[in-house]
Amino acid sequence: MAKVHIPFMQTGALAVGGRLLDEDERSVQAWQDRPSTLTRGHRACQGCAEALAARWVLDTAMEVTGGKLMVANATGCLEVFSTLYPESAWRVPWIHSLFANAASVATGIAATNHAKGRDDIRVIAQGGDGGTADIGMACLSGMFERNDDVLYVCYDNQAYMNTGVQRSGATPPAARTSTTPAVGLSPGNTFGQGKFVPKIAMAHEIPYVATATVADLRDLEAKVRTAMKHRGARYLHILVTCPLGWGTKTAASIKMARLATQCGLFPVFEAEYGDITGVTPIRSRVPVEDYLRPQRRFAHLFGPRGDEAALERIRGQAERNIRQYHLLEEGVLA
Amino acid sequence: MLELLEGSKAVARAVALTRPDVVCAYPISPQTHIVEALSVMVRDGHLKDCDYINVESEFAAMSVSIGASAAGGRVYTATASQGLLYMAEAIYNASGLKLPIVMTVANRALGAPINIWNDQSDSLSQRDSGWLQLFAVDNQEAIDLHVIAYKIAEQISLPVMVCMDGFVLTHASDVVELPTQEQVDAFLPPLAPLEKLSLKNPRSMGMMAGPDVFTETKYLAHQAMIQAHTVIARAAADFAAAVGRESWRPVRVWGPDLEDRPARQGEIAVIGMGSVMGTTQAAAARLWEQGVKTRLITLGSYRPFPARTVREAIGTADRVVVLDRALMLGVGGVLSADVRRSMARLGIPMHSVVAGLGGRSITERSLAKTLRQAKVGELGELEFMDLKQDLVTMSDAAVPVRAPARGAARPGAAAAPAGAPGAEGPDDAAASAPGAPAAAADDAMPTKPAQTGGPALTASAGSLGTATADEKATSADGAAPAAGDRAAPTASDRREG
Ligand SMILES: Cc1ncc(C[n+]2csc(CCOP(=O)(O)OP(=O)(O)O)c2C)c(N)n1
Ligand code: SF4
Ligand SMILES: [Mg+2]
Repeated sequence: MAKVHIPFMQTGALAVGGRLLDEDERSVQAWQDRPSTLTRGHRACQGCAEALAARWVLDTAMEVTGGKLMVANATGCLEVFSTLYPESAWRVPWIHSLFANAASVATGIAATNHAKGRDDIRVIAQGGDGGTADIGMACLSGMFERNDDVLYVCYDNQAYMNTGVQRSGATPPAARTSTTPAVGLSPGNTFGQGKFVPKIAMAHEIPYVATATVADLRDLEAKVRTAMKHRGARYLHILVTCPLGWGTKTAASIKMARLATQCGLFPVFEAEYGDITGVTPIRSRVPVEDYLRPQRRFAHLFGPRGDEAALERIRGQAERNIRQYHLLEEGVLA
Repeated sequence: MLELLEGSKAVARAVALTRPDVVCAYPISPQTHIVEALSVMVRDGHLKDCDYINVESEFAAMSVSIGASAAGGRVYTATASQGLLYMAEAIYNASGLKLPIVMTVANRALGAPINIWNDQSDSLSQRDSGWLQLFAVDNQEAIDLHVIAYKIAEQISLPVMVCMDGFVLTHASDVVELPTQEQVDAFLPPLAPLEKLSLKNPRSMGMMAGPDVFTETKYLAHQAMIQAHTVIARAAADFAAAVGRESWRPVRVWGPDLEDRPARQGEIAVIGMGSVMGTTQAAAARLWEQGVKTRLITLGSYRPFPARTVREAIGTADRVVVLDRALMLGVGGVLSADVRRSMARLGIPMHSVVAGLGGRSITERSLAKTLRQAKVGELGELEFMDLKQDLVTMSDAAVPVRAPARGAARPGAAAAPAGAPGAEGPDDAAASAPGAPAAAADDAMPTKPAQTGGPALTASAGSLGTATADEKATSADGAAPAAGDRAAPTASDRREG
């Protein structure tokens, strides 16, 4: 790929901290002829972090594979906002089949490629948290268990956004959704429910599992690179802000993802064959309220009729993550 | 009390009036507003003693419903389209187990290509599942039907789908009247299930049946479906009496002359289900003055299919026009297949008009045009309303959809070319349209050459090839490049080598 220097790119692509990176170290997004796998013209909401993450993931994968990439997409916002006939925003061989089956469709693609001696062509399956944690779980677990050569990417915006913000198995406790309204005795999503798919993936002892957020896109890019170095089943779980579903400002999507990591509610780590191999420590810890308060889906926890008990339980969750993943211990691996 | 309510909210309130024990559902457009409203009612205490369960798939939704019903609970769920297909195995199981579950189907198209808008392909795909399928014409009927459905389901111990057109009804606000709680309580007694999991009387449900009894099981299920007609009619009449007004009926016959009678000579019988019949009524009223006389037969019950009532209502009509909102590919309309069977011996020509697939509006104007064509014998045996000729591509063996001579089905009409719309295998053509010329054995749906310049759809509609948004943006006149056309090499083309 020819490297063309662009003077005014986002710092996330050209620099780390205040340091301008050497050309070799720069993000794939820094190059003028980056693959633009998900190109302009799609219909995502302003500030949609799912769109942002998808472009970073697939552009990186395109670069790593030299363009030999095929993608299976589950039903959901990403699919709907990118492909209303006759327009498609994808510049990669891409298929949408159903809501529940992206992992299996990807397995099929990999199988044909393998049978035809084209193992150089790599396969990514992608979907939302609903398509991953809930309806797609059986197909996903099957793909993991057989160790099929697929990278599955979950864009976790913590609800069924495409159908109007209903609760999913990845919706955090207390969050208001359209099926867990903020009314009644315990408003919002129920405590003690929900699942964290990265752990389920790890239980399959697949070669690589990682979490990431749109707050640290360089980390996301690095994890895609690592994932693509491995063969077999791999899983990447990305927290992606959804301004519509979370009730946040469209300009705050990156900030919200950062607050989620810095308060301890979303742990960022990598694991190989079921064991955690790397953790991104919290750089400057913030109280969970800093993350929750700007989101309308948690509005009922605050104010005169707020819910201190719920806040306390959420604080407890952050504490537990910090303990479990050693999020405050610089350089320490679990 | 009359209220202005969104269809979904109204249905949710009607369901709440039936005092369900368990509500469980998985979100899918256009059903979402119904189950969201119910989740609020359970939370805020309006719907008491009810468990609301957010499940992880439609398969789970129907399976939870099965368990809840087997345990003796009154159960409600709702779905549409892909969701209905995803629960298919459990759907057949629920009816086989004779569980009186009520489920709303917010009718929506089936993919691929994925489409969230209204037609009736979803529930009609489950026509042989052993569920009753009752259709609402408007939101008042949808409200009433949910209450009636529980009565029917529990009396005959069979599950019922209440079908209402997605968006057209679910998302439309209308002035409606909900029955009162007292009226519903008087009409719908507490559930006394035929069979349930019980500690006092432990029984096995869902046992295996070998060749020695399987046929008999199905025979009895068949008989139960036939007996359902009586139960449906009685429940509908009882409900109307309970609320003291007009309500849903399994079959409704209407004519602009307002006479209550079957169709007669010189008239066209128009048969359809759901909201389209409202528009058809408006078109029919206007056409009456122009001498196009029609009799509308609105089917409220699709399963069981009221064949005899339909046959009687058709009477001595000149011809029958069926508005098909679901298509059997390579065959024709789904509803018209049932109608054809029920009128097999009448010798009246029938036209299947496939209309409003995937949410395309069925306008009064297009309906009027269709009925006028039928009147003058210019309607084919199978027609696609408002088909965009320029969007369908040519196949080698194809002949134009708009054949020069039309009316293949009309006795004595000029012969249509082989393979013309509606032309069927010799057997069928002879049976349903006496005098119609025998069609070629190869009855693949013909298509017309695509016009150059416009976006053309490829034959394999499921894999719609597309130009990227980018490519579209760069085309100066804004016209989308032809499907499957690679206007410019994509990044992957450059790399894959
Ligand atoms: C079998 C089936 N059930 C339900 C749906 C409706 N549906 C489409 S997208 C969607 C939600 C997607 O949520 P998620 O996977 O979290 O992706 P997001 O839109 O949030 O990115 C649902 C419920 C469907 N298409 N198919
Ligand atoms: S609803 Fe949320 S996930 Fe969907 S396009 Fe909008 S911001 Fe993105
Ligand atoms: Mg989601």
